[in-house]
Amino acid sequence: MTTTSIVTQAPSKKMRPRLSFISGIGLTGQISFWVIIAVALIAAVGPYIVPADPNAVDLEYAYYPPSQWFWLGTDASGRDIFSRLIVGSRTALLGPLAVVAMATVLGTVLGLVAVWFGGWVDALIVRVIDAIFAFPGILVAILATALFGAGLPAATIALSIAYTPYIARIVRSAALRERNLPYISALQVQGRHGFAISARHILPNVSGLIVANATLCFGLALIDLAALSFIGFGVQPPTADWGAMVGGGMSGILQGEPLEAIAASVLIVITVAAVNTLGARLVQRSESRA
Amino acid sequence: MAPTGAFLARRVGGLLGTMFVASFVVFGALYLAPGSPLSFLTQGRSVTPEAIAQLEAQYHLDQPFFMQYLIWLGGVFKGDLGSSIIFGDSVSNLLSQRIGNTALLLLVAAVLVLLVGLFAGLKPGVFSESVMVAATAAMAVPGFVAAVVLMLVFAVQLGWFPSYGMGDGGFDSIWHLTLPAVALAITSIAFVARLTQNAIRSEMRADHVQTAISRGLPYRFIVQRHVIRNAAMPVLTAAGLTVAGLIAGSVIIEQIFQLGGLGQFLIDSVQKKDFPVVQAICLIYVATFIVLNTLIDIAYTLLDPRVSLGKKAS
Repeated sequence: MTTTSIVTQAPSKKMRPRLSFISGIGLTGQISFWVIIAVALIAAVGPYIVPADPNAVDLEYAYYPPSQWFWLGTDASGRDIFSRLIVGSRTALLGPLAVVAMATVLGTVLGLVAVWFGGWVDALIVRVIDAIFAFPGILVAILATALFGAGLPAATIALSIAYTPYIARIVRSAALRERNLPYISALQVQGRHGFAISARHILPNVSGLIVANATLCFGLALIDLAALSFIGFGVQPPTADWGAMVGGGMSGILQGEPLEAIAASVLIVITVAAVNTLGARLVQRSESRA
Repeated sequence: MAPTGAFLARRVGGLLGTMFVASFVVFGALYLAPGSPLSFLTQGRSVTPEAIAQLEAQYHLDQPFFMQYLIWLGGVFKGDLGSSIIFGDSVSNLLSQRIGNTALLLLVAAVLVLLVGLFAGLKPGVFSESVMVAATAAMAVPGFVAAVVLMLVFAVQLGWFPSYGMGDGGFDSIWHLTLPAVALAITSIAFVARLTQNAIRSEMRADHVQTAISRGLPYRFIVQRHVIRNAAMPVLTAAGLTVAGLIAGSVIIEQIFQLGGLGQFLIDSVQKKDFPVVQAICLIYVATFIVLNTLIDIAYTLLDPRVSLGKKAS
């Protein structure tokens, strides 16, 4: 008897280690997680401890090479590139964060409502999602810029609308699988309200997948917002922003002073690579647990 | 009706429905703008009464909203996209001078994606690991960053390629388009390579392939006969969708390399507040995207006998 109890208990203990956010995503996933934490910390406290005023223009020091005063040199207006990179991490992270937050809330609600009500509500939501899906994020943002003028708010709202279908589709298909499981029928028989079932039972069971895909969307949104700032439709000067700095550095490139564009590009690529890797690992994890 | 006919009718119906909604959004955007449509279109420019009358006539501002949309849509079907506020010329004229450049860029990029992406994904052995690592890294590189780096290295420092413009046609244009097309295609190449490799790997684990391996059949034969055939359809479908996705990226790339296509014209027109042009280009992009998506979906379903016609391929 004792042997059987050991056999039945031992795997269940092994199967359930501490389920923290970063367990089960492998070494690359964990490294990516800490890289993102580091960038977020820089964005949070960096602007208070930068070595120079990021917006101080001094044309005498234009394209000053890296030195003890300017660690990464200066840009065409003599502004300290290192300080601008640090300050620019704020818009680089907060913009995509706002996009993903809005798109995730909206997409999750749409997906859950479509699954719970089914029928014509589902058909209508799917049709609307398909129609929005036909608009690439960048195009929606450019259209919004034409309507409301250039700036981060218009671009952010436009991108969150454009990203909603991604989340909505994933929530809908995951919730649909969940909806057909016996425990949902059991809850229905007990007279639970559809809203309560969706919010308290279906949502927690698909939340891993939502977080994973929201992470992937964060990387895409970061790229899109940086591209918009790059062409001058996103973050407006003189506010420091990585995408805008690559754009501002274009003239430097043609003059043989590529440091500003390269430094900002490197930060964008590192951050996006970390976010993408973490997102892919989270998707893997939530699929293997499902 | 035969199942194929019913399937086609349903897909084309879906296409028309999506097109209808999309065109409605592009048209209705005019009414989302702050202020009245007329003041938005003129944007505080000093315009002559004739120009105002012309705008009112172009958008039929005296009609109710839904009628305006229908008249506009009717015009679109006849190739009448209104006229530019800045240039005064008809929008379809202005676009027809530029659409060729965009089409050529997209074509070169699409060829690159399919050739390089599929080839890199098909390579077996040790090489494949490095392809996967390189692909993961490349997917984190935004198109505009790739464009800036390529321009810096190959145009400014090495001087192998021109840094802007379209050239004089023929091979000169292809030469001018090399850097832009690579920059545009790089993320999609990485995506397609990874996808191909994943598909091949999961196909290799299939029972019938394992059986073939255990029977000692030559590796090349197994791959060609059993693996590629099964992996090809989903990969080609996803690759096709990726190519359709190049449309959005081309806007930024055209602006960087000053290619004088629709994308650069779109950004230019947003800056100059030439709304009829913005509307027309958005409509063309979205319509192209929808049509390509539907065609790929239909091709996939009709060509792969394992996909049943009743279900939507997801």
